[in-house]
Amino acid sequence: MDQLPALQVMLPLVMAPLVVIVRHPKWSWALATITSFLACWVSWLLLQQVMDGSVIRYAIGGWEAPTGIEFYIDRANAGVALLVSGLSSLVLVYAYHSIQRTVDKSKHYLFYAGWLLCLTGLIGMVITGDAFNVFVFLEISSLSTYMLIAFGSDRRALVASYRYLVLGSVGASFILIGIGFLYAATGTLNMVDLAVRIPDSESPRAVLVAFSFLTVGLMIKAAVFPLHGWLLNAYHHAPIAVTAFLAGTATKVSLYILMRMFFSIFGDDYSFGLMLLNWVLLPAAIASFLIMSLVAIYQTDLRRMLAYSSVAQIGYILAGISLATQQGLTAAVVHMFNHGMVKATLFMSVGCILYRVGNTHIPSLDRLMSRMPFTVVAFIIAGLGLVGVPLTVGFVSKFTLISALLEQGWWPAAVMILVSSVMATAYIGRVIYLMLFREARGSTVTSHGYREVPILMLVPMYVLLALGLYFGIFGSQTLSLAEGAASTLLGGYQ
Amino acid sequence: MKIYARQRHRVLQVITRLMVPFVLMFGLYVQFHGDYGPGGGFQAGVIFASAFILYGLIFGLQRTRRVLPPSVLRWLMALGVLIYAGTGVLTMLLGGNLLDYDVLAHDPLHGQHWGIFAVELGVGVTVTAVMVSLFYGFASKR
Amino acid sequence: MDVIGLYNYWIVIVLMMAGLYILIARYNLIKKMIGLSVFQTSIFYLYITIGKVEGGTAPILVDDPHVVYSNPLPHVLILTAIVVGVATTAVALALTVRIYEAYGTIEEDEIRAANAEEQDI
Repeated sequence: MDQLPALQVMLPLVMAPLVVIVRHPKWSWALATITSFLACWVSWLLLQQVMDGSVIRYAIGGWEAPTGIEFYIDRANAGVALLVSGLSSLVLVYAYHSIQRTVDKSKHYLFYAGWLLCLTGLIGMVITGDAFNVFVFLEISSLSTYMLIAFGSDRRALVASYRYLVLGSVGASFILIGIGFLYAATGTLNMVDLAVRIPDSESPRAVLVAFSFLTVGLMIKAAVFPLHGWLLNAYHHAPIAVTAFLAGTATKVSLYILMRMFFSIFGDDYSFGLMLLNWVLLPAAIASFLIMSLVAIYQTDLRRMLAYSSVAQIGYILAGISLATQQGLTAAVVHMFNHGMVKATLFMSVGCILYRVGNTHIPSLDRLMSRMPFTVVAFIIAGLGLVGVPLTVGFVSKFTLISALLEQGWWPAAVMILVSSVMATAYIGRVIYLMLFREARGSTVTSHGYREVPILMLVPMYVLLALGLYFGIFGSQTLSLAEGAASTLLGGYQ
Repeated sequence: MKIYARQRHRVLQVITRLMVPFVLMFGLYVQFHGDYGPGGGFQAGVIFASAFILYGLIFGLQRTRRVLPPSVLRWLMALGVLIYAGTGVLTMLLGGNLLDYDVLAHDPLHGQHWGIFAVELGVGVTVTAVMVSLFYGFASKR
Repeated sequence: MDVIGLYNYWIVIVLMMAGLYILIARYNLIKKMIGLSVFQTSIFYLYITIGKVEGGTAPILVDDPHVVYSNPLPHVLILTAIVVGVATTAVALALTVRIYEAYGTIEEDEIRAANAEEQDI
């Protein structure tokens, strides 16, 4: 039981080379899926252990914390690890059919090995307690992500991947510079130790530089509004299973690191008191959900529309972070989870459409309901969750966020959120209208009926949908978990 | 990339033939002397791979591929990571933390020695395989 | 403030800005990669500078107790970062090769033009 934190990272890391050795498409898929489910189970066990607010510190190589590298697990990151591994498992089940359309059979094993490495990197980023280790795991996940995106079916995926590589490497390099300055200012890399030593560092200016570089670098990786350039093409052209996985996890993990840095390492007095960060973050957040929702309305491609909406949703999370209060942070954490689930479900249903229709051009979705009812129902429910209709997860997080904003008296921001929700209704509603009611204009579309997608694609989608509904109806459970996570983050390290 | 025909550049060919064993030997030295002096898996792996790359530049891809086929490289790549990760798992099985080499032998000092030896070996194998397969990948394009 | 004495940092700044400039201003994908490499190299140099101890020698243990060593930790960190940089470059070059195969060009503006034509289909 003591070895669980290490197992969490080692499981996918050991299995990735085994997948390369096995090489058989079906077996490599099975191996990757089983591994992912095991990792999910491990993170579930870890979450059980830290649920009461305790902390697990695992010293790698038996070298205790300030000297050695440690895994640091508390309420805040055990949940994120569970989100990452859980989504990975469900999407991997889904990927089996979806991938066969886009990836050549002889390369399946590389795809799944890359996926496992990406999972290793993401989980490692979340649970590590060492600043430099964050960079290493970040690069493990990023490099494998570039590869996964390049597996996309058309040649634009290559360009999207290259673009993400350039911007992602710049972001990661900024993080590296930030960590370097932190080390120069404090002489330690351990996060707990950093939090202790930063306030009485000899060179406040080096700390300031580190803070700036880390903030910008992580904002690039998290695709916060003005720095989101890589996300749109990457989400649009990547294989849809990869998009579903990334949309639910990659940006969320970066946002988690951002929170950990703002609140636990530097402390909210420094980040938000001294640095006046909320005057940077809040405008970026508002601009992101207003502009991106507006742009999403005019998109003609379903995947691109959802990519824009992803950036908008990151804006909500950022608005919650920028409040720097218990309730605001709770809203941010809840929305991080909810959006992860909702967006993954949406992209999975879009993937089903892609699997049968062959494209995701919105006008070609006329009366899809009569041909692929299960997919469309999943899309509609998840879409309503994105908008924030009561009884869905979206409602819980938006309600918390708005009440947190009102608590601070920032009612213009709350109004903006409502405006952007109306826009979300517009872009989701338009698609739903097409799917349900509009008569096909061209005669060619209706002539060949589409069948429903294979059961292996529907099941994970509906499991995720059911989870989303469950957390929406019993919203207090997620809220209490998120409140715990938020107070852990705000409280800093013990 | 222009691959030189067999009959040309006799000087280069002879010198390469002489050089390759020494490069390989130096790679091994850097690998296994890494505990006492500067060295280790990364550097050794690159040096070791550079011998194959030199051979490939002079004698052509075909002949190098016969010495070190890509299928073997794939195995080596995976094997190196497995050696590394396997050491970690072994230390966990023996009751220590991940990569806690103390438990590998009765004497913690020896344990550390064995542990770092195995880990560096894994790193070296993987780096060699990755470097050579990168060379294959790029050199085989047109 | 000793401006000349901090020449290491000036080199870091010049390299970093040059790298970023190439990255932003050049349309050729290979040149972009060169820019990224220069940028990353400047960071390696920054780390080595941080680790330098005045009068310190390379951190290889010798028997003399009076020897001052440079801080080896930044060296170790940067070794990892160098490997990451090599991997990034390799992935980028592989992508460039495949982009060239798919588009017949590695100029970003030409690729964008080719994509724009494709978009409406």
